[in-house]
Amino acid sequence: MPEPILDVQDLSYSFKTYGGEVEAVRGVSFNVFPGEVVGIVGESGCGKSVSAQCALRLNPEPPGFRKGGRLLYKGEDVFGKTEREMRDMRGTEIGFVFQDPMTYLNPTMKIGAQVEEVFVGRPGVSRKDAKRRSAEMLRLVGISDVERRSNQYPHELSGGMKQRVMIAMALVGGPSLIIADEPTTSLDVTIEAQILELLDGLRKKLGTSIVIITHDLGVIAKMCDRVYVMYGGKVVESGPVEDIFYRTAHPYTAGLLGSIARLETECADELKAIEGTPPDLFSPPPGCPFAARCDYAMRVCYERPAPGYDLGGGHASSCWLRHEYAAPVELRSPCAPGTVA
Amino acid sequence: MKRTNDTPLLAVEGLSKYFRMSRTDVLKAVDGVSFEVFKGETVGLVGESGCGKSTTGRCIVRLHEPSAGSVRFDGEDVYAPVRSRAEARARSRRLCKDMQMVFQNPYSSLNPRMTVKDIVGEGLSLAGRMGERERDERITELLRTVGLGADHVSRFPHEFSGGQRQRIGIARALSVDPRFIVCDEPISALDVSIQAQVINMLKRLQAERGLTYLFIAHDLSVVKYVSDRVIVMYLGTVVEQSESVELYRHPLHPYTRALFSAIPEADPRIAKGRERILLKGEIPSPINPKDECRFADRCPMAQAVCRSGRPPLRDMGGGHSVACFLA
Repeated sequence: MPEPILDVQDLSYSFKTYGGEVEAVRGVSFNVFPGEVVGIVGESGCGKSVSAQCALRLNPEPPGFRKGGRLLYKGEDVFGKTEREMRDMRGTEIGFVFQDPMTYLNPTMKIGAQVEEVFVGRPGVSRKDAKRRSAEMLRLVGISDVERRSNQYPHELSGGMKQRVMIAMALVGGPSLIIADEPTTSLDVTIEAQILELLDGLRKKLGTSIVIITHDLGVIAKMCDRVYVMYGGKVVESGPVEDIFYRTAHPYTAGLLGSIARLETECADELKAIEGTPPDLFSPPPGCPFAARCDYAMRVCYERPAPGYDLGGGHASSCWLRHEYAAPVELRSPCAPGTVA
Repeated sequence: MKRTNDTPLLAVEGLSKYFRMSRTDVLKAVDGVSFEVFKGETVGLVGESGCGKSTTGRCIVRLHEPSAGSVRFDGEDVYAPVRSRAEARARSRRLCKDMQMVFQNPYSSLNPRMTVKDIVGEGLSLAGRMGERERDERITELLRTVGLGADHVSRFPHEFSGGQRQRIGIARALSVDPRFIVCDEPISALDVSIQAQVINMLKRLQAERGLTYLFIAHDLSVVKYVSDRVIVMYLGTVVEQSESVELYRHPLHPYTRALFSAIPEADPRIAKGRERILLKGEIPSPINPKDECRFADRCPMAQAVCRSGRPPLRDMGGGHSVACFLA
C-alpha cells in the first residue's frame, strides 16, 4: 500500500470567540492517497472546510487553534512547520480552489499577474518562465485568447471563467494535491458540468490528487473515489463512493440521501426530511452529534460518542447501531440497487 | 393535473422587462414571455442565473413594472391604467392580499430591526382592521402553521437559523391569506437536510389551503418534484413549456436536454455512466440581443435557420410547446 499524501489523524480544531469556544472539528481522521479524488461532504458548519484548510494552515490563528491530533503531509506534521515553510508549501505542494471566485480573486490585479504570483520569491523561476507557465496553465484550463485575458481584471470575466482562473492558480505551481472547497457551488448547472469535467480531465492528465469539499451529493457521485461524510465536527461515515451510496451505514447519510429530490422521485412521494437542526458547536453534545435528529437513537447515543466500526473494504461508520448488542436496523438508501426505477 | 376549470388564475402575455443601460444599450431581462397558471397547480420556472426567471416573478407581483405585455390575475389586468391615486392604492391592497412572494435569501429579506411579530403582523394590519388580541392570535396560529412556536414572536431575525427564517418569510406571505404565491428560489440558500423540510411544508400548505404556486428555481430535480407544469427559460425567453413528467421524459429543446444531462445526479452509477451534453461557452449577455434564436451560439445542433429569426413557441400537442426551429 502506498503512503498517503495527506494523513489527518484525530484532528481537533477550535476557535476562541467572545461567546466561548467553538469546537469546529472534533477528532477527525482522513487520508488521501496519490492520484485519488476524495470527497468530504456535509452541511454548513459541519467542519469540512476548517479541517481541509488546516492542511495549509489557512485558518486565522488566533482565534483558531489546534486542540489535538496531527495533520501529516507527505509524512511531515504541518502544524510543526514555520510560517515561512508553510508559504513555500502553498501553491507548490498543495493548491487550493476556493468556493467563491468573485471574492477570492484580487479585483485590483490582472488575471495573468495573479496566476504568476505563485512564483514570486521562488528561486529558479525567472519572470519570463513564470509568464510562460501561467499562460500555459490558463490555456490548459480552457481559457481562450490567453494573451488578452491575462491583461484583464476579474470583473471582466464571467463566474465560470473566474473559477477556471482559480483552478489555474491552484495548479500552476505543480502541486501534488488540490483541495477544492465547494468549487462549483456558485455556478450554474451547465457551467458546473464544464468545471467538473475540467477537474476530472486535469486529474487524469496531471495525476494530481484532489480533495473535493461539497454539500452536493451529486458532485460527490460524479467525481469521487472515496467519501467522508461529516456532521457536527466529526466524520460519521467513510468509504468508497459505492458503499456510501448503495450500502449506507449511518442514519445521517441515509437521511441526507433521502432528503434530496432526484429526477426519479415521483411528485406523490414525500421527501424524507431530517427534522431538527444541526448541533450547536459551542456546546457540542457528548454523544453522537446526530443523536437528537436520529430516528434510531438509543440511550447510549446521547451519552457516548460511537466508535468507528469497520465494515470491510475501507467502509466505516461511527454509529452505535453497529454494536453487537444493538437491534439490527436496515437503513435503506434511496439509490440502492432495486429501488431505482 | 390539478386544473379545476379552464380560466387561468394568472395569465402572462408578452411580458417584457428592459433595463436601459446607456443610450445605446438595452438589457432585455425578459423578452416576450407568455404563460398561464391555473388554480391549485404549481408551475415551475427554471433556468440559469440571468435568464430572467426572477424578473418575471417580480413583474407578476408588481415589484417591477414591465416594459411591455400584460399580467392578468383572475381576469383583472394588474397594470391597467388607473384614474386616481386612491384607485391605485385600492388595487394595490387588493392584489397584495391575493398575490404574495417568498424570497430567495432569508437573510436579506427580513428586516433585522423588526420582531417576528411585526414582520408577520405587518400584512395583517394593512389588509384589514383587526383587534390587537385577534391579531396576536392570528400571528401565533400562522407561526404554528409553519412549524414555529408562540415563544418566537418577540425575537429578531438574527436569532433564527436559515431554515427558520425561511419559515418566517412563508408565514409573512401566508398572513394575508393569498391565493397565489411566487416562490423565488425558496430553498436554494438552505442546507440540504433543511431544504426537504421547507419543500414538504410548502406542499402541505398548498394541499390545505388550495394555494397556487409559481415556483422559481434553478434546481431541476426540485422543480420536477414540486411542479405540475414546468417552463424553461433561457436568456429572457421561454424555450420550452410542458407538463412536468412529459418534459422530463421527452425534452425537446436542445437547451432543456443539456440542462438535464448537466444535473449532477446523486447516484454514482448514473453520474459516472451518463453521457453529458457539454455546452460550449457561457450564457451570452442579454444586452442588445440579436434577432435570432438566443441559444444558437451554444447549441450543438445549430443550423443556418436558427440565425434567421426568433423561433416561435410552437404547440407540439398535449400541452407541450417548444421554441426551436429544429424540434
